[in-house]
Amino acid sequence: MGRYVIRRLLQMIPVFLGATLLIFLMVNVMGDPIAGLCGERQCDTATAAQLRREFGLDKPVWQQYLTYMGNVFTGDFGTAFNGQKVTELMATAFPVTIRLTIVAILFEIVIGIVLGVVTGLRRGRPVDTSVLLLTLVVISVPTFVTGLLLQLLLGVEWGWVRPSVSPEAPFDELIVPGLVLASVSLAYVTRLTRTSIAENKRSDYVRTAVAKGLPRRRVITRHLLRNSLIPVVTFIGTDIGALMGGAIVTERIFNIHGVGFQLYQGILRQNTQTVVGFVTVLVLVFLVANLLVDLLYAVLDPRIRYA
Amino acid sequence: MRGARHARWAAGAAAAALAAAACGGGASGGSGSGVLSSSWGDPQNPLEPSNTNEVQGGKVLDMVFRGLKHYNPKTGAAEDMLAEKIATSDSRNFTITVKDGWTFSNGEAVTAKSFVDAWNYGASLKNNQKNAYFFGYIEGYDKVHPATGTQTADTLSGLKVTGPRTFTVKLNQKFSTFPDTLGYTAFSPLPSAFFSDHAAWLKKPVGNGPYMIDSYTKGSMMSLRKWDGYPGTDKAQNGGVDLKVYTDNNTAYTDLMAGNLDLVDDVPAAQLKNVKADLGDRYISTPAGIIQTLAFPYYDPSWNKPGMEKVRTGLSMAINRDQITRTIFQKTRTPATDWTSPVLGADGGFKEGLCGDACTYNPDQAKKLIQEGGGLPGGQLRISYNADTGSHREWVDAVCNSINNALGNDRACVGNPFGTFADFRNQIGQHKMPGPFRAGWQMDYPLIQNFLQPLYYTNASSNDGKWSNKDFDQLVDRANAESDTAKAVGLFQQAEEVVRDNMAAIPLWYQNGSAGYSDRLSNVALNPFSVPVYNEIKVG
Repeated sequence: MGRYVIRRLLQMIPVFLGATLLIFLMVNVMGDPIAGLCGERQCDTATAAQLRREFGLDKPVWQQYLTYMGNVFTGDFGTAFNGQKVTELMATAFPVTIRLTIVAILFEIVIGIVLGVVTGLRRGRPVDTSVLLLTLVVISVPTFVTGLLLQLLLGVEWGWVRPSVSPEAPFDELIVPGLVLASVSLAYVTRLTRTSIAENKRSDYVRTAVAKGLPRRRVITRHLLRNSLIPVVTFIGTDIGALMGGAIVTERIFNIHGVGFQLYQGILRQNTQTVVGFVTVLVLVFLVANLLVDLLYAVLDPRIRYA
Repeated sequence: MRGARHARWAAGAAAAALAAAACGGGASGGSGSGVLSSSWGDPQNPLEPSNTNEVQGGKVLDMVFRGLKHYNPKTGAAEDMLAEKIATSDSRNFTITVKDGWTFSNGEAVTAKSFVDAWNYGASLKNNQKNAYFFGYIEGYDKVHPATGTQTADTLSGLKVTGPRTFTVKLNQKFSTFPDTLGYTAFSPLPSAFFSDHAAWLKKPVGNGPYMIDSYTKGSMMSLRKWDGYPGTDKAQNGGVDLKVYTDNNTAYTDLMAGNLDLVDDVPAAQLKNVKADLGDRYISTPAGIIQTLAFPYYDPSWNKPGMEKVRTGLSMAINRDQITRTIFQKTRTPATDWTSPVLGADGGFKEGLCGDACTYNPDQAKKLIQEGGGLPGGQLRISYNADTGSHREWVDAVCNSINNALGNDRACVGNPFGTFADFRNQIGQHKMPGPFRAGWQMDYPLIQNFLQPLYYTNASSNDGKWSNKDFDQLVDRANAESDTAKAVGLFQQAEEVVRDNMAAIPLWYQNGSAGYSDRLSNVALNPFSVPVYNEIKVG
């Protein structure tokens, strides 16, 4: 197991370097970041040249990348155009997005898996059909529609929640945005769990467990669910990264100042340092989440335990 | 279960409301009047007077700083604020006397040195100030801020402190309306704390205006409170303003509807249809010093050959400005009939109808003129714009539609979108525009000079199309040397006629500023820069 973890960690290095290089190239190819800094007018050449020098933009791209990566390993992600350290932006943005992600993941796990188990055990019954129909609706409606609709109904019409989240973004204000963010994945989790449960319900070990006279609750949680959760865990694991990076729409609607907001601003202002910095951290999050998923496999099913 | 969850939401909302109330009440400092909340956008640059060139940062500086002059929020006229006297005999050497009794909110006195130091800082190349060119008229600018290479001086030779409250300015050319430019925030004075502990100052700027900054969380909120010691006449009529950063103006509007926000100073285009029904009288829309034009790439020989002025005039006549402003902008923009803005007023140089027939929709004449001028270069017109903000796509498509209809050819004009503003600006800077491109101009100060010289003077800072005309340049030079304001304005208008006769750029429409507010507020108005006049707003 230990060797497996080390091997996986080593594998992460080329993936990390490749991913950051790609995003670095993409952001740099987009054009001259200084051009948009002076509003509708052109920056005067001397100031533009000096800014370019200061941000290291006058050097060849490969050299910029090397310097950048060198700095990253010492924890220096550079400075955004508004004079703030990118690490400072991260320190304010990531906690908010992590809270939002936790809320979303909790919704996925609790509601998604419960609904999945219920429908999987009652396949073909009215409960199953109606939940399936509901998930279909959720999947097909875009997030921004769900978000704006909930915001309008709960926030403005009925006044149950604040339509926007305050800068501190405590957990209770993130419930509605978290639900919106989770909605699509939640539907997938339900469907995945349902299929998996329905499949495994007919397997030999479940029949054995039932024949042994084990209580129904224990059969479901210890035998059926544990084996059925593997595809669901994979999905939720990779979803962590997707939720953190893909929260742009939700964060915009509810005015949450998280990672999505910073990325959006960074792209709009072509702020290389912000975009590359945040994406670098997101790549790391993705990699770690994937690693955790693979490790969890081994816990759930000893048969796929490596070496 | 359902009921329980509702209760939790309600509790959350109540807690948030309590927190907001505590925040508002705690810091108002016993001034007795209420604090209002207003929508805000994250400033693009560090908040320094000579480094802020966009509306969001400018909004704050306008609350925190007062300069030698101040633009009247109603008329736009430059009025003395800290200036006791600005004297000149030759429109080139100015002696400026600063009023007595003004201090920064940290207690430090505002002296002649506060201005001279601030201007030297703003002009110096090593400080990377984006508004440095504002000091370009002052003698010695080319040493402090050379176009290439390193600076050979740290201070402007044209600035001299002659007493605690007096200093002299020597310009490198005659510029009679120079005093009127001094209301721009770039010319604000700075306290010594700015220079001694720059990082701390940036975290919490200290100025001499009616408000002082109570707390500033970058990227999310700034709390400004009334400064009780403010010596000016335009004291704040409210206890303070909480500026909240919104990523999307739609969310700000929703918050206003839900009663969580008092003032939105940018009503989203999508809400313009409902805004009257939603807000009634609490929606305002007034002209701002902003004009949209279509500029041309004169560096491209096919757009600069003789006869092309006919094509450009023809294109101008092919655009149905009236219909576009009505249907797309819901009348929040006014068809342009000159190259300035109505906020200047007739005395300031706005001349309604100066463009004449050339800006009147006339499809038949348009087609004729374009054919006489040799037709569209390359047979097709590509209008470039940035698609990321400002619903530019809609109007560019509409303009193209209008041109296509006039020419009877639905392939004559197409939009050429750019993904981001930075990319768009970059391509403009590299002179790669394939045809006309969107050019918006927001005035720096309400002077006709500001609508003409930076945009059309040979090699001027914002002359992106590289248009050049000797007659125009001469008229502008004469106008700047003219000490009689009315005569100067007349000369500028003559210069504007040169722009018209060559159709250097097609004027499209003047833009309005818009705002919506809650029923807690009264006396809300927008100044000519389309920024709310915060200090005059009354709460409750």
